[in-house]
Amino acid sequence: MKKPILNVKNLNKDFQVKSKKTFFGKPSSVRVLSDISFELDEGETLSIVGESGSGKTTLGRCIVKGVSASSGDVVYHSESGESVDFLKLKGKGAKKFRKDIQMIFQDPYSSLSPRMSVYDIISEPLVANFKLNKSEIDAKVTDIAEKTGLNASYLKRYPHAFSGGQRQRIAIARALITQPRLIVCDEAVSALDVSIQAQIINLLKDLQEQYRITYIFISHDLSIVQNISDRVAVMHLGRIVEQASTDSLFGSPKHPYTEALMSAVPQPDPEQKKSRIILEGEVPNPANPPSGCHFHPRCAYRTDKCVQESPALREVGDRHYVACHYAEELNLKGVHDDAVNIS
Amino acid sequence: MTTQAIRAEQPLLSVQDLKIRIQMDNGEMRAVDGVDFEIKKGKTLGLVGESGCGKSLTSRAIISINPKECETSGTIIYRSEEEQTREELNLLSLDPNSKKIRSIRGRKIAMIFQEPMTAFSPMYTIGNQIMEAILIHRTKNKKEAKKIALEMLGKVGISDQEKRFDQYPHEFSGGMRQRAMISMALSCNPELLIADEPTTALDVTIQAQVLELMRSLQAEFGMAILLVTHDLGIIAQMCDEVAVMYLGKIVEQAPVKELFYNPKHPYTKGLLKSMPRLGGDKSKRLDSIEGSVPMPINMPPMCGFYERCSDRIEGVCNARSVPKTHISDDHMVRCFLYSDSREGDSI
Repeated sequence: MKKPILNVKNLNKDFQVKSKKTFFGKPSSVRVLSDISFELDEGETLSIVGESGSGKTTLGRCIVKGVSASSGDVVYHSESGESVDFLKLKGKGAKKFRKDIQMIFQDPYSSLSPRMSVYDIISEPLVANFKLNKSEIDAKVTDIAEKTGLNASYLKRYPHAFSGGQRQRIAIARALITQPRLIVCDEAVSALDVSIQAQIINLLKDLQEQYRITYIFISHDLSIVQNISDRVAVMHLGRIVEQASTDSLFGSPKHPYTEALMSAVPQPDPEQKKSRIILEGEVPNPANPPSGCHFHPRCAYRTDKCVQESPALREVGDRHYVACHYAEELNLKGVHDDAVNIS
Repeated sequence: MTTQAIRAEQPLLSVQDLKIRIQMDNGEMRAVDGVDFEIKKGKTLGLVGESGCGKSLTSRAIISINPKECETSGTIIYRSEEEQTREELNLLSLDPNSKKIRSIRGRKIAMIFQEPMTAFSPMYTIGNQIMEAILIHRTKNKKEAKKIALEMLGKVGISDQEKRFDQYPHEFSGGMRQRAMISMALSCNPELLIADEPTTALDVTIQAQVLELMRSLQAEFGMAILLVTHDLGIIAQMCDEVAVMYLGKIVEQAPVKELFYNPKHPYTKGLLKSMPRLGGDKSKRLDSIEGSVPMPINMPPMCGFYERCSDRIEGVCNARSVPKTHISDDHMVRCFLYSDSREGDSI
């Protein structure tokens, strides 16, 4: 049975930026997240993809309250059936639910304190959230270290003694120790080498199966996203432009931006030097977004309507949402199951 | 056969037995340990490997820009095409500060780096920095240098060159900076371009633009490219030949199709399998390579991949260093599974 764990409704985030003209000038605001809504069921993985500057990291941080959103709701459904608006909670009220939502960061070299031993790093969330005695903490830390593939005898060491992959395991152990229900992984495997990447992805999948953890997986790497996620949301300039199940999105994308993103991924297959769609230009400046559809300056299918009218996110198939005027008419290319198998 | 015909068949650059050692507190690190490869004129060689395998050190050794701590030995023969300098030159025998290497570095052999933000000086305008290379190598006339620089900026797809010329690096986006970097590297029309992870810091969409640009410029200028990357996808799309590095050694080298469709070394196979790919089976677990890359400090003579290899032969793979085996004319692998002799390499 599908049980929702998180409902994000009309989330907006504005950042204040200093006026360039005068030092004392009034700061203006830039909208980096605009009208973000999605649902998340327990035990599923939602991936958020997009180019840098699309607001995917900010969205992740708004959910864990790393930055506070400007408006909107993030409704969390706790295990006991309570539904709370996470954004409106303060102090102790928020702390009660904090342990349920954890985060794994991109760079395992800067996200672990070099002055704390691995044991301290992993046990810190326990000390902060639960009242446990020393032996209980000890048991939990050893248990989680074993599950994440860390050698328990290394726990007294400091992060500098570990390689990138090991450090990411430490970060995962730290996120898991409070037995969270939702983990936000912000580019959790991007900094790792290919062979280590696969180890960590498999670890995340195993842990999900074991504990029914829900992931929000923020990434720019579509090959990994396709491998790990149940549903995908594509972001462009602070908006979700397409959201669908993984199969539906990769099989038949409806937004030209999604098509271009997929086409740009270089495939490890020399025969497949296919005609790639190469987007002209760059991500527009969010402080001065283009009129109408924000994607229109780079879109190959644009018409006058796209320049003038901003398309709304609408449902075009079973839970397949897209923000494009011509979603039904365009025949966009997805990814086909013709990848070669290597013996 | 005329001498010219023989010359035409010779590779532009031959690296032979390149070794780079670094003295550490706890012993000697063999960062690069006996690397051989050749780059042919107008072709692209891919150097692929995980972080710490020595691929960047190898590429930097070619133009002698490694730090002083690196003890480098071996030969790097460079055969220039220009009329007046028809000699073969061992780049490693040159003093890193000598006039000779400085006339090659940036002129005949240019390099683009991974981080375009740190590769440019923040204190000078982009135009100024591109002009610097042209003024050193091509002309002493500032007006002419500016003209060349503007033309190059146009070639790499930067519009509004006049305005962009006077801007500082911070005013450029990542993709634009990498384009400016490429225009600087190509401004002196080099014979060899070394690209060290040229698109790693960029978005996929911008990466596709930059790769396409490099390809079209290669067709136009006919330079050879040494592409250093960890991304097998980029290798497949860009290269003619591939060398896979692991722990300071080239473990497999072959033309690109041969390597992707007929990989031999367990490490190459593992890398190819562990890559998630678009359109792949989602329900399947990724095959991963167990363990992690060891530090090449005080390594005994054995296969560096031994600990992580699923096909290892005890008493063979961990007892001797692995010799090269040539499976065919252009397919080399360093693995005992394909070696007849099982005798060690003589080092």
